[in-house]
Amino acid sequence: MEKKNLAYRCDGSFHGILCCVYEIYTKKEFPACILTPESPATLYPEKWIETDKAHGERVWRSLPQKLGRQGARMVRDGYWTCVPEKELLLCRFIVKGYRYGPQISEMLADDTVNALRQALKHLYNEAHLFCGFARFSVQGQVMTGVITPKNRVLPLVKEHFCSRYPEEYFLLYDKTHREALMHQPGRGEIIPMEEFIPNAPDEVERNFRRLWKKFYDTVAIRERENPRCRMTHMPKRYWGDMTEFQEEETLVSPSLPPKEGANALPGAAR
Amino acid sequence: MTPMEKLEILTDAAKYDAACTSSGIDRKSGPGGIGNSTACGICHSFAADGRCISLLKVLFSNACIYDCEYCLNRRSNQTRRASFTPRELAELTIGFYRRNYIEGLFLSSGVIKNPDYTCEQLIETLRILREEYRFGGYIHAKAIPGADPLLLSRLGTLADRMSVNIELPSEASLHRLAPEKSRDSILRPMGLISGKIRENSTELVRYRHAPRFSPAGQSTQMIIGATPETDWQILRLTESLYQKYSLKRVFFSAYVPVNSTALLPPSNTKPPLLREHRLYQADWLLRFYGFSARELLDEEHPDFNPLIDPKCNWAIHHMEQFPVEINRAEYEMLLRVPGIGVKSARAILTARRSTALDFGDLKKLGVVLKRAQYFITCRGKALRGLYVTPDTALRNLITEQGRALLPGEQMEQLSFFDTPSLLDAKKAATLLPA
Repeated sequence: MEKKNLAYRCDGSFHGILCCVYEIYTKKEFPACILTPESPATLYPEKWIETDKAHGERVWRSLPQKLGRQGARMVRDGYWTCVPEKELLLCRFIVKGYRYGPQISEMLADDTVNALRQALKHLYNEAHLFCGFARFSVQGQVMTGVITPKNRVLPLVKEHFCSRYPEEYFLLYDKTHREALMHQPGRGEIIPMEEFIPNAPDEVERNFRRLWKKFYDTVAIRERENPRCRMTHMPKRYWGDMTEFQEEETLVSPSLPPKEGANALPGAAR
Repeated sequence: MTPMEKLEILTDAAKYDAACTSSGIDRKSGPGGIGNSTACGICHSFAADGRCISLLKVLFSNACIYDCEYCLNRRSNQTRRASFTPRELAELTIGFYRRNYIEGLFLSSGVIKNPDYTCEQLIETLRILREEYRFGGYIHAKAIPGADPLLLSRLGTLADRMSVNIELPSEASLHRLAPEKSRDSILRPMGLISGKIRENSTELVRYRHAPRFSPAGQSTQMIIGATPETDWQILRLTESLYQKYSLKRVFFSAYVPVNSTALLPPSNTKPPLLREHRLYQADWLLRFYGFSARELLDEEHPDFNPLIDPKCNWAIHHMEQFPVEINRAEYEMLLRVPGIGVKSARAILTARRSTALDFGDLKKLGVVLKRAQYFITCRGKALRGLYVTPDTALRNLITEQGRALLPGEQMEQLSFFDTPSLLDAKKAATLLPA
């Protein structure tokens, strides 16, 4: 396989990336970078990779056989991560996987495998954190919540929230990736959604937020105060969507973007 | 009294309980219900003291009939008293749970009227949650010492985890500070619960639908620093609790002065957080690293070295077992190397199947080389350019917390002749500013 001074550009979808792998193998070449529609132009000559469902499927079907179930899972989940140059990393991993077989997922000291594992670790950690840090507002029959994750965590938290609230109608909106997890009893799915503006909370909801904030403030032991420890476990970037950090005025309408300069979060503007 | 005031009073009264874990059981929600539970537990927030908030941790009531010296809610204290009603508390729990504020409820209580009555109130609260709301989230219930065994059994079938606080590390201290409680009155319910859990596990083999008793096990907690016990006594007690009562966790709670009486440390005492931290580190070594209490401390060395963590301390005193060859050592031995934890030891086992590991690789696997370098070789070689005497090793192993304790100039003086060895916990302690 020849390394070429060439940039692939694909549509950025999962199948698009798999089609890059298909191209790599049919042309016996390896690109210097893989671009998506959003990435700016580079100095490399570009080649557009058309997403062909059949080609993508063919690569996808080969993964469990060649890379093992664990390897295939790493590729699938790797697509949800936010690691820079994710497309190129996934292609490298797959190419290496074809060469070494199922043991690829155990080659932890390899740089490519390590890079993907670190990205996955970030993804899984963040998904786990959002199972706890997401906040819902109850509005009549419906519950809504907004999160701002770095990775695409919705596919990973879907099962948890659907199992937690089997009888509820709820919507969890991922502001970063503009998609939403919608659930009604018996069915949950993730759909793209350009924008979501939650309604202003009613009096019952406001009252629960006040109770929760009171609990949050009271349960800390003053003699043990440790802001650094809190920040290690719960970095400030998560605080924005959490009701316990909102003051009474913003409590009324958490969907309003924080004003420039005058951030409602205590000390959020560093 | 408004719900807001009640919540404030009863949270304030419950906050000194260290446990706030929601771990130990995987469960999906039942039909028509709400709530699930994950074995690893989920933290929903972190309080200003850095402790995880996973459960709605409140007392049912703080109107206690007892008069324990160390307790905020003792009868003779002039504090505001409040009690929930079972329905009020159940509604609050569900309201919080739906909004994803919490994983469930941690319910404890002062003793109202008598232990049986108190226990009945807790049972009623949990019954409403489990039967009326079909709540499948996590419930940690505190067993009320002195309550009828039948009531405790009922409580255990409603809760996921039960706990009885051992309060203080020795009978003598308990007698002095909590004269109305006795070691026996604490250990009896603890034994009852662990017996029930064991019994239940054989029942479950026979009848699949047998009601589960406290499926996430049992835990306890003790207060550190209110009484004169040494770390060695505390750790030995901890170990025996794990062995005898098969507890899931033993929690330590650094004593925060809430009352001032002649029997307690003065009210300006700072909570011994570093000591609590060292005890937790040792607790981890007991539970996950295959250490026994006697390996970490003994009668001659009854306290932990404040400067270095217990594992480093053990390793420095057992240099004859090192260095360990990373590519050949067994899992149990890898776990004993400072800087290698459960995850990185497992990663080493996996990674070395496909290649011989080098120091650069270890970093990728999550090994903390800063500590591990003194105790390992890779492919038969130590880290290049490393020159080790026990003293240099030690100085580099001093933890961040330990370093903060050492005054600056003394660090300079340490390098030459007449300084006391930091290896000795007692002497190390004398170096620290009072």
